[in-house]
Amino acid sequence: MKTIKTLSAAALAIGVMGGVMIGGNAQAAVGGPKPPSLDWSFNGIFGTYDRAALQRGFQVFKTVCASCHSMNLMAFRNLEALGYNEDEVKAIAAEYEVQAGPNDDGDMFMRPATPADHWPAPFANDKIAAISNGGAIPPDLSLINKARASGGDSAIRASLLQPGGFPLGADYIHGLLTGYKEEAPADFSLPAGKYYNEYYPGHAIAMAPPLYPDGVEYADGTQASVDQQAHDVAVFLNWVSEPELEQRKNLGIKVMLFLLVLTAMLYALKRKIWANVH
Amino acid sequence: MSDTAHAGQPTQNAEIDEQTRRDFLLWSTIAVGAAGAALAVWPFIDQMNPAADTLALASTEVDLSKIDVGQSITVMWRGKPVFIRHRTEEEIAEARDVDMAALPDPEKDAARVQQPEWLIMVGVCTHLGCIPLGQKEGDTKGDFGGWFCPCHGSHYDTSGRIRKGPAPTNLPIPGYSFLDDNSVRIG
Amino acid sequence: MSGSSNFQSNSKIVNWIEYRLPVFSFMDAQLNQYPTPKNLNYFWNFGSLAGIVLVIMIVSGITLAMHYAPTEAEAFTSVERIMRDVNFGWLIRYIHVNGASMFFIVVFIHMFRGLYYGSYKAPREILWIIGVFILLAMMATAFMGYVLPWGQMSFWGATVITNLFSAIPLVGESIVQLLWGGFVVGEPTLKRFFALHYLLPFVIVGLVFMHLWALHMHHSNNPTGVDIKDEKQDTIPFHPYYTIKDIYGLGVLLLIFAFFVFFAPNYFGHPDNYIQANALVTPAHIVPEWYFLPFYAILRAFTNDYVIYSWFLQWFMSAKLAGVIAMFASILVLLLLPWLDRSRVRSAKYRPVYKLFFWLFVIDCLILGWVGGQPAEGTLVLIGQISTTWYFAHLLVFIPIIGILERPKPLPDSIAASVMGSHAPQAAE
Repeated sequence: MKTIKTLSAAALAIGVMGGVMIGGNAQAAVGGPKPPSLDWSFNGIFGTYDRAALQRGFQVFKTVCASCHSMNLMAFRNLEALGYNEDEVKAIAAEYEVQAGPNDDGDMFMRPATPADHWPAPFANDKIAAISNGGAIPPDLSLINKARASGGDSAIRASLLQPGGFPLGADYIHGLLTGYKEEAPADFSLPAGKYYNEYYPGHAIAMAPPLYPDGVEYADGTQASVDQQAHDVAVFLNWVSEPELEQRKNLGIKVMLFLLVLTAMLYALKRKIWANVH
Repeated sequence: MSDTAHAGQPTQNAEIDEQTRRDFLLWSTIAVGAAGAALAVWPFIDQMNPAADTLALASTEVDLSKIDVGQSITVMWRGKPVFIRHRTEEEIAEARDVDMAALPDPEKDAARVQQPEWLIMVGVCTHLGCIPLGQKEGDTKGDFGGWFCPCHGSHYDTSGRIRKGPAPTNLPIPGYSFLDDNSVRIG
Repeated sequence: MSGSSNFQSNSKIVNWIEYRLPVFSFMDAQLNQYPTPKNLNYFWNFGSLAGIVLVIMIVSGITLAMHYAPTEAEAFTSVERIMRDVNFGWLIRYIHVNGASMFFIVVFIHMFRGLYYGSYKAPREILWIIGVFILLAMMATAFMGYVLPWGQMSFWGATVITNLFSAIPLVGESIVQLLWGGFVVGEPTLKRFFALHYLLPFVIVGLVFMHLWALHMHHSNNPTGVDIKDEKQDTIPFHPYYTIKDIYGLGVLLLIFAFFVFFAPNYFGHPDNYIQANALVTPAHIVPEWYFLPFYAILRAFTNDYVIYSWFLQWFMSAKLAGVIAMFASILVLLLLPWLDRSRVRSAKYRPVYKLFFWLFVIDCLILGWVGGQPAEGTLVLIGQISTTWYFAHLLVFIPIIGILERPKPLPDSIAASVMGSHAPQAAE
């Protein structure tokens, strides 16, 4: 009994300190004020993506974000996970051109993309990207939700250690896209060519406010408010960051249930075998 | 057991009961654990199967307009050479006019082509995986005017069927479809 | 090796092999009949758990290596290809990533158990020393493994840690260039780290076998710290008692492990490592993986105004060098522990003063870990310096003095007597 007490006390101490240790890193990583925590459908151990939101988010991405941001890790074939069928994916891919070759004359040429191709980048290289964007390279968005989060799926972590404490990547994206202020506070000197954003670390962001009301016309008729667009594109970007999320959580529940049963059986067996020792 | 039983008997029975229960628990735990271990091994094996990006590159489109009658080209598909031959009238006739009984792997020419002038097949010898000769002008085409595998002497006819030598089956036909008269998608 | 076997078999094949290579009697003696103290508590599970996690790491690591490309251009994308395209690649990578953290949690608890129950004392000094070398090999492996995904933390972590060697007088710069294979961390560095990251786990396996060999010479220590006196009374055979107990412990560990893999896979990681390495942009706040944080805090404690440094060390070394030496010394000093501790009593159960200081030491290590993860500013620097001083004082000053001055409580006559005692408190003492 005493052993178990000590053991759990030690585990608790290590857990708490560990949480604080890592929590420290996380806050340092994002910085700035905390964006509001939204109740995302992919949160929690049963979380899944909302297909309609994914498709709307993709629409926002391709009409707004994609003109400056690359998405190097996403292939057109991946879009089937958004609920598009094979032909729809082919049609989407065919709207874009990718470089191919060399042909028999030794020249590179452009051809329509196929589902196997990756999303073409808007700029040929970082230098051109920087020149076209006032010196700031728009980051690739393939992993942005993981790179801006404290742990890709920190909803669980937040509820474990610091309820509401850690912003998810999606919270940050949503906060950033809705956090533009027309006027910087009086005591803040905004550098020329920068915009004031409440949730951007340091507040001075090079990206102009990208969303405005009805900036996209949603195919499903949803009213495209800025908040709605920010929400949808955050869901989409979370999917690109963690396309395995649904499969992972689904398999995880099965594995955990299996391990619970097995461990309970092992405990019973252990008690039986040790019965005559104590 | 009755109340009049000897003092020692109930304990003995209880011990046997206890033993049986323990054995049952032991074997059921082993069974569950072994099943779990077997399932846990699968991801580590399945990771060696072709990945999603490899599978996605599984089709190739080919422009046929530049291949004259009597010429062949070789294209790569899934890392393997695919022979595309624009067959002559004689070759087609020869391929059709074969006694099925004489074939080690009987298959009608009509079953091997979608359009008679275009023979499209995987150019890997079904014996041990060498690439048969017969694609280029000067190549030896074997005894049946088709392809000849130099590794172990398999002869294929103008329909790519095995006629002589150690290869067990005809050259395989990949899945393909004509997009129009001049282009074909393999895979 | 001690432990005897009366192994016998009716199988002709078994006997044929046994006559030529006595594997069966060896396994029988070491895993089946092996006499083990009957009073081991659950803290004794962590050794076997560490061994199993090592196997999980090697299996998942080898499968990842089948898909990974150690080049500057491809390292990051090949890891993401594993996450996205390889069948179950995300599962295997998350097992490997979280397995590293599990490995250190298990090993740290295993070490603190050794400290609490005096498992390093005669005749187990070499057993302990091999354990310290296992820790060092693990740290080297983990550090190089963290570089492989070639994210921002990989790159800058590698830069900072390899730069430590530049503190060495005269040859420091040359050593750093040698480690890098260039003038910065780059592709040659990545390739050699991959090669060594693949090699070192097998070195650890070798060390683990030596660790077990030394363990089986004099058998496990136990919560009383009293030697085995009567094998019949004090011990039980390893199988089935400790096989089932270890497997049950494994079930519990796997539950925790699986929770992180499936539901919080990036919990122990740093978000910046999902940004590809960029030699021109340093992250705002570089932190190592959590298991290095206490050592990182010791490294950073050495500044010019750190009393220990300015009083004793300033005369002949830079603060940078002192920090580097202190960081390595914080582990190497553990090698001396069997001789620093003068007490003949092993278990802290019978050493009230040592017990108190043990828990203070645990808290000190946790504070070091916390400080290591914070920016080096303000009072945190002072807290780090106090904790660092305490760390070394505990090992080099307190332990020897307590060992000499402390009056331990009376020990039980035997393991068996202590087990009886705990069930019949009126009969105790």
